[in-house]
Amino acid sequence: MKPTYRAALLVALHLSALYPLALVIWDYHTGGLSANPIEDITRRTGHTAIVLLTVSLAATPARRLTGWSLFIRLRRPLGLYSFFYASIHLMIFIGLDFGFDWELIWLEWPKKRFIVAGLAAYVILLSLAITSPKLMVARLGAAWKKLHRMVYPASIFAAAHFVWLVKGDKTRPMVYAAVIAALLLVRLIPVTAKGRGS
Amino acid sequence: MKRSARYIIPSSQITQESAYLNRRSFIKSAGLAMAAPGMLLGAAGEVAAARARAVDDPTLYADIISYNNYYEFSQEKTAVAALAHDLVTDPWSVSVEGLVKKPRKYDIDDLKKSFGAEQRIYRMRCVEGWSMVIPWDGFELSRLITEADPQSEAKYVKFTTLLDPKQMPGQRKSYFSWPYVEGLRLDEAMNSLTLLATGIYGKPLLPQNGAPVRLVVPWKYGFKGIKSIVKIELVARRPVSLWMNTSSAEYGFYANVNPNVDHPRWSQRTERRIGDLRRVRTMMFNGYEKEVADMYKGMDLARYF
Ligand code: HEM
Repeated sequence: MKPTYRAALLVALHLSALYPLALVIWDYHTGGLSANPIEDITRRTGHTAIVLLTVSLAATPARRLTGWSLFIRLRRPLGLYSFFYASIHLMIFIGLDFGFDWELIWLEWPKKRFIVAGLAAYVILLSLAITSPKLMVARLGAAWKKLHRMVYPASIFAAAHFVWLVKGDKTRPMVYAAVIAALLLVRLIPVTAKGRGS
Repeated sequence: MKRSARYIIPSSQITQESAYLNRRSFIKSAGLAMAAPGMLLGAAGEVAAARARAVDDPTLYADIISYNNYYEFSQEKTAVAALAHDLVTDPWSVSVEGLVKKPRKYDIDDLKKSFGAEQRIYRMRCVEGWSMVIPWDGFELSRLITEADPQSEAKYVKFTTLLDPKQMPGQRKSYFSWPYVEGLRLDEAMNSLTLLATGIYGKPLLPQNGAPVRLVVPWKYGFKGIKSIVKIELVARRPVSLWMNTSSAEYGFYANVNPNVDHPRWSQRTERRIGDLRRVRTMMFNGYEKEVADMYKGMDLARYF
């Protein structure tokens, strides 16, 4: 792929990853948040985090399909953006929703499976983000690859978090869960001439 | 309009304008926090400032009419108002039937004329963990029931919402067993807190709030407050509500607000008043313990949730 295409693709990635955040800020200034703004921004950031995580899972299959190694370069920024939104999401929960009332959080939430699943996903994303710099890749060697396969359970936890928190009709989270499941399952298809899976 | 002072929260606490400002400034810092997660500490300071607001200030009308759980239209609370906008609520009739000596079909205008409206300011606690304080206009359900003259076998009241998938897009999805049905024990229905509401803030109900007439049971979770009622039936057996039908482990018949009985997936210990950002402790029977606790004496409320 030509360098100009590559640059364009990266610019597009950054713009689309930052767009949901820009929209939240815009909506806040123009009164576009719902009457329950904390719930609104909690959901939006959670939603963006799972979308970016899902897209990052698509990078490897996309490379296998097209042979373009550039897709692999998108994996890291996508994963980091997902972590970025998940961090805001979690901070909203702790700081805005519960006003840093640790006692209340501790009393109530570890019992709720949707929170446990979210936390599990977050802890994995955090460890992947910490080990994402090139320096760490070199230092950890083979262990790095193993560690970063943890993104699969992270995405499963994130999907479970979403499915469990919805009340009533679960069609919407189930669509996400199905896409994630499909992206994980295609990895089981044996690698062909186009490229090697990782 | 007649007012019954007993239920009204003192108006000295009404400081809507400043509360609104509080909310704006809070959200401002929330916006900053979005850009720089480190700013969250500042936002927490704003939460502390917001605490100055009285908890029981009536919720802004703009919020009451824009943030609605009404699955007949959408599961997205902010999408309901636009989708419900064109619901035809006149002509409308409400049929009072079942085990009554005097069944009757009321035209909505007749219903409003015969029973009138008084203002009642009630807390409304949604099962999802948010709440509002709403100045309803309506009349006590007990008057309508007395008028219908229940037979002695009547033990429960069953309410039904309009079934009209043409007007209600949510009803085209078969996940729920439409129409929406709710029920009360007869003594709950006859309790003087229980209201049939036809207005809010002195204005006729809007479709998103359940026009033209809805149930208000302030000591129960909001989903008991069935909207856009077409039928009120006196029955002998306990009705099965739509939510019991959907998920009986999560939603019971009673659905009394109770901070000590969690929803299986989330805690019910606290709630957030819309328009405010702090969480406040949820009260037993939503603060109406004095008026209603007697009806549940000796009942295991964790079992009959
Ligand atoms: C300890 C970590 C986490 C906590 C405490 C947490 C908490 C929450 C809460 C309170 C909600 C809103 C529930 C509601 O409004 O009913 C939510 C929604 C959500 N969260 Fe999380 N979350 C966590 C981690 C994550 C992670 C890591 C992801 C994804 C990568 C994620 C994705 C979502 C999604 C997709 C939603 C639903 C958004 C929607 O309704 O559109 N969460 N989370």
